[in-house]
Amino acid sequence: MSDAGQTPTRAPLLSLRGVTKVFGAGEAAFAALKGIDLDIFPGEFVAILGASGSGKSTCMNILGCLDTPTSGRYQIEGVEVGSLSEDVLARLRNERFGFVFQGFNLLRRTSAQENVELPLIYAGVSRRDRDLRAREALASVGLAGRERALPNELSGGQQQRVAIARALVNRPAVLLADEPTGNLDSRTGREIMALITQLNRELGLTIVMVTHDRDIAAHAARHVVFLDGEISSDGQRPEAAA
Amino acid sequence: MRLDATAALALKALSRNKMRSLLTTLGVVIGVSSVIMMQAMGEGATALVSNEISSLGSNMLIVLPGGESKGPFGGGLRGAVPFTRGDVEAIGRECTAVRRAAAVSSTVIRAVVGERNRSTSLMGITPEFFDVRGWHSASGRDLDGEDLRQASKACVIGQTVATDLYGGQDPVGAELRLHDLSCKVVGLMAAKGVSTFGQDQDDFVLLPHTTFARRIAGDEHVGTIMVSAVSEARTDEAKAQIESLLRQRRRIRGGEEDDFNVRDMREIQRVLGTVTGVLTTLLASVAAISLVVGGIGIMNIMLVSVTERTREIGIRLAIGAQARDILQQFLVEAVVLAAAGGALGVLLGVLGALAVAEAFHLPFRVPIFASAIAFAVSVTIGVVFGVFPARKAARLKPIEALRFE
Ligand SMILES: Nc1ncnc2c1ncn2[C@@H]1O[C@H](COP(=O)(O)OP(=O)(O)OP(=O)(O)O)[C@@H](O)[C@H]1O
Ligand SMILES: [Mg+2]
Repeated sequence: MSDAGQTPTRAPLLSLRGVTKVFGAGEAAFAALKGIDLDIFPGEFVAILGASGSGKSTCMNILGCLDTPTSGRYQIEGVEVGSLSEDVLARLRNERFGFVFQGFNLLRRTSAQENVELPLIYAGVSRRDRDLRAREALASVGLAGRERALPNELSGGQQQRVAIARALVNRPAVLLADEPTGNLDSRTGREIMALITQLNRELGLTIVMVTHDRDIAAHAARHVVFLDGEISSDGQRPEAAA
Repeated sequence: MRLDATAALALKALSRNKMRSLLTTLGVVIGVSSVIMMQAMGEGATALVSNEISSLGSNMLIVLPGGESKGPFGGGLRGAVPFTRGDVEAIGRECTAVRRAAAVSSTVIRAVVGERNRSTSLMGITPEFFDVRGWHSASGRDLDGEDLRQASKACVIGQTVATDLYGGQDPVGAELRLHDLSCKVVGLMAAKGVSTFGQDQDDFVLLPHTTFARRIAGDEHVGTIMVSAVSEARTDEAKAQIESLLRQRRRIRGGEEDDFNVRDMREIQRVLGTVTGVLTTLLASVAAISLVVGGIGIMNIMLVSVTERTREIGIRLAIGAQARDILQQFLVEAVVLAAAGGALGVLLGVLGALAVAEAFHLPFRVPIFASAIAFAVSVTIGVVFGVFPARKAARLKPIEALRFE
């Protein structure tokens, strides 16, 4: 597959137009997003940068169909998301998106293996395939042998890797990762980034990743910078990628 | 998500809070076990009472003074004109469907033999009593027409009185004192044992009705008339004949109500049936209330559980659970909780019924039907009271649930 980001002429996979998000109402109303235009193309690897509180997570939640914009339009492959039923959105979250949360959001008192199996359960995958695929996913993030461990028995970095395995296990088209390496030491961070980059290169996985780390962001071909709920810069970095 | 996966999930969630689950389901356990116990005991008691009554003789009728409206057992003797021996004789003579009619009057008295004494029930009877009841002396003789005519000082006693007052000795021929009346024991009745209602049926002394009237009661009144019909098939006919004869003898005019009451055994059985029916209904409503309370307990704990697990719900929604998956998860949990309570309740109820049956010598049968119904009801309770919390969980929005602290 051709290098990500080199073919922006194709139709966008995800498309935000004039998206705003206002929290609260009246006096206390706060606009976290103030009219965002953003196109994500198939196979792209996009890094989202910006100061804390600039609206990165809010934007990711909208992209992942976890939240709805206050105004503006969001289309997935040309289909208006606002017109889709809850059930269809649930199916999209299950099959098309893999989401890695800023906090890991693993189920407590539930083993790594079971956490990773969850998306497969809702996808109706048989018990045997579930077991196999979850093991594979855990092994690919370097957690082979820790299947039975509970989240509170794992380090922060290991929990984050379980979360990544869970996001990837159902082979999504888009990986939405909110600071996936935030809790990892630089070596583990590099390993995870190598894995993600590989998935992007070899399988054409579309990746949108929030990060504060310029080194990590260097893996992405395109940088989108948020500033106070707006996009302050959006540019290709042809020299990027190792 | 498939149902088996959901069920496994529910069991896991419940077993994490074993104590809480147990306490929550206690209402259902108590409700179900009391339903089962009452049902089993009611059935046992009814069966026993029917046995007892048919052993009395299904062709037996009892005539009591007092009107129909005065209570199920013909109580309210106050003001009712008593019967006479003439009435009893007339019934025996004139009613063609009647085989025998016996007069019975009774009181409680202290029977004395030497140093020993015993409070017992004393019945003044006419000799037909033995035939009507189909019950006779085991040794000595029954009271006869001669005793009645002469108002003889002869008595027949029950086994309990004999054992208590004469020790191991044969009482026939011995003396027995009732107040200032000294009489001779001429017969000892066959033993009958303890009745369904725990009454000792062998604790009595029988006197000729004439002796009873003159020496004990001081009047000639007859308290009860015991009648045996020619056959069971003709009890209705006998009843009608007795009624018209007594109306005539007691000068009751056309429009007036009877001031007496003829009851046959089937009727008594019916009355007993109504009484047990009322009791059963009462207990069933108590059980129903405790089931509803149990259901509310389940709803309450499920609501708590939904709140506690809001983040979990958010995570599940975020990775692709549909609203109906969440609904199913919490509904199945409520149903599993209620069903476990129901099963435990059935078990305890059956064991309890068995224990009670042992203690009171009632016949015992495993109440399969009642158990099935009670179990089905508890599952229904789980559904009914689980729906609201489950819907609450299923309505959550993913991002709001994820943000919940
Ligand atoms: N549910 C909410 N209610 C009210 N305000 C909110 C809510 N969610 C986010 N905000 C506000 O919106 C703004 C953007 O939040 P967001 O989480 O998107 O920031 P971020 O760019 O991801 O920051 P960080 O880098 O610290 O994760 C913040 O000022 C935050 O206070
Ligand atoms: Mg954030």
